[in-house]
Amino acid sequence: MGNYKTEILICGGSGCKASQTVLTAKLLREVLEENNLSSEVQVVMTGCFGFCEKGPIVKIMPDNTFYVKVKPEDARELIEEHIIKGKKVNRLLYVDPKTKEIISDSKHMGFYKKQNRIALRNCGVIDPENIDEAIARNAYTALGKVLNEMTPEVAIDVMKKSGMRGRGGGGFPTGMKWDITSKSPAGQKYVVCNADEGDPGAFMDRSILEGDPHSVLEAMAICGYCIGADTGLIYIRAEYPLAIERLKIAIKQAREKGLLGNDILGKGFSFDVELKYGAGAFVCGEETALISSMEGLRGEPTFKPPFPSVEGYLGKPTNVNNVETFASIPEIFNKGAEWFASIGNEKSKGTKVFALAGKINNVGLIEVPMGTTLREVIYEIGGGIKDGKKFKAVQTGGPSGGCLTSKDLDTPIDYDNLIAAGSMMGSGGMIVLDEDDCMVSIAKFYLEFTVEESCGKCSPCRIGNKRLHEILEKICKGNGTLEDLEQLRNLSKVIKDTSLCGLGQTSPNPILSTLDNFYDEYLEHVHDKKCRAGVCKSLMKYVIEPDTCIGCTACVRVCPVDAISGEKKMSHLINQATCIKCGACYDKCKFNAILIK
Amino acid sequence: MATTEIVLKEKQVQQIKDICKQFNNESGELINVLHKTQSLFGYLPSEVQVVIAQELNMSLAKVFGVVTFYSYFTMTPRGEHPIDVCMGTACYVRGAEKVLEEFKRQLKIEVGETTLDGKFSINSLRCVGACGLAPVVIVGDKTYGAVTSADVKNILKEYENK
Repeated sequence: MGNYKTEILICGGSGCKASQTVLTAKLLREVLEENNLSSEVQVVMTGCFGFCEKGPIVKIMPDNTFYVKVKPEDARELIEEHIIKGKKVNRLLYVDPKTKEIISDSKHMGFYKKQNRIALRNCGVIDPENIDEAIARNAYTALGKVLNEMTPEVAIDVMKKSGMRGRGGGGFPTGMKWDITSKSPAGQKYVVCNADEGDPGAFMDRSILEGDPHSVLEAMAICGYCIGADTGLIYIRAEYPLAIERLKIAIKQAREKGLLGNDILGKGFSFDVELKYGAGAFVCGEETALISSMEGLRGEPTFKPPFPSVEGYLGKPTNVNNVETFASIPEIFNKGAEWFASIGNEKSKGTKVFALAGKINNVGLIEVPMGTTLREVIYEIGGGIKDGKKFKAVQTGGPSGGCLTSKDLDTPIDYDNLIAAGSMMGSGGMIVLDEDDCMVSIAKFYLEFTVEESCGKCSPCRIGNKRLHEILEKICKGNGTLEDLEQLRNLSKVIKDTSLCGLGQTSPNPILSTLDNFYDEYLEHVHDKKCRAGVCKSLMKYVIEPDTCIGCTACVRVCPVDAISGEKKMSHLINQATCIKCGACYDKCKFNAILIK
Repeated sequence: MATTEIVLKEKQVQQIKDICKQFNNESGELINVLHKTQSLFGYLPSEVQVVIAQELNMSLAKVFGVVTFYSYFTMTPRGEHPIDVCMGTACYVRGAEKVLEEFKRQLKIEVGETTLDGKFSINSLRCVGACGLAPVVIVGDKTYGAVTSADVKNILKEYENK
């Protein structure tokens, strides 16, 4: 906090920025200035606090008051009441949805209680554009320790002992990867940070880069020292402009401090980092495709072996790790391998960051020890299902993963248990589904994604996934047969067995897991021509229940195609021939008079 | 694809050449060159690709292959007010598909197309990471959260006279 008595932290992550936090920060500063408080109170734009559902978040230190859903027009009140009069602004405090109790300290909120933030340790705490704040929170001490006290072999041993496994989804032991790359013949080598986060519904890596870019730069330098590389490359999506900007600032500041560049900390080790931009291709998350893309080519994967650790970028040994993996590493050296290995369970150590989203009360970014159960995540941290609906499934692993159901709620979350349960860890997307979601449509959604993102190099993935998608489309239209269900299963197996890279080898997973867990829903679509969730348009219609409709005309006004008729205060009627099933009337009706049939 | 042929002005050709030069005319920098060029022109018509291929000393087929491979690159100009509908999983399960359908219906264009008057274009994005605001729609620089199909008309109205 430097010379300031009070600090106002305001979320500058992409999500909250979309809700005008830049303006709120400006107004806060203006009111402080008006009251001659600018020298005592500092307004800091931080990275993501994680509790996106309640964003924009403003936190006042040192008394640790956590304000939620703060709008620009609240700025004056916050300063005049909280800062000047020392009175908390109750209407902006968090109210526990169950106990209705006001909680002002985030430590006591259900959302934060079970979390253990290692990779996210500085997100929402520091100003990511100011290296001094990062250094005050121990940034680059791990690098100093490694350069001063350890040989590369010793440092790699620390990584091995920590039990760290790759957080990008594969779960390959990180220490072992570093070891293999370090043993490749000396010469030009590269450290690559995979920041091509393409899983739709996942924003872990982006939040880390936006909130604490130095943790990644520091870990890349440590990795460079261990494997004998002097160049680091961050392959980042061009769709993440804010993360790119903050990385650029962080790299510049680290160079100025001598923490990147030649002869770091006077130890004769040189390392620098450059950015490489992706251009929107999911397959580039696969490391060989990523390397092709960094070389300026189409992001097509190549056959492994040779692995990048032996022959990677420009044919040189390359160590590829993901953002979250790197962000956790400095803490392993700061606090010791034993400390890290003591968190988590037997085969999966440490913590994992998840982007919790979908039909859940507390959407946000969370970090929990490995081995936490799905029930704890969904009901304690996530605050349960939105609008009191019934839990149906949780999708993990994105387009490569599967759905877990209520029978899996007590499964500890780790690499091996999730695979055993028919899904996978993936990079950390966790989408909660409720009774209003159609599982056939969810499978179709992911297949649509895969078809679009398949690079086209190998035919099982290019052609096979397209056929799978067509069959799903047919089922959703009500034209499916029992043979189609059989065909889905068979074709899925062939695609998994014969595709070249991870994308094709896992793309049928959403189908297989929904077939296993929700076969009755598939059967309903095929047999009864019914979609119980009311999602498949061809299999449903909206009707007005004459007894419940009070004739308020709200639905008439909202219907884009004038399909609803009826006198005021009289029951209304939907003309099925004109209705386009957009659902606007259904969303609008306050009396639950519109039903899906 | 039916695109109108365009003739690049001498100045524009020079601008493309300058970009290539910034990257030492290295073919390995093709993606960076395309990023810079697209931010200058707004899109990458084939005439632009011809110049890039010459400058980087590679075949036009290779350049075209890369442009069409990555979804970030486009060969059609976007609208004055580009509409991006997030179709990440979180937005999808909260009803983004209905919102997208409604934009398509009102503007009478498909995803990836631009209206005849050049005012609007529609694109679907994969997760902008604002899942707390799902479903999310971005028009130009402005982000709209918790959008329903009933909101579409009003959103479009904001831009009609701009």
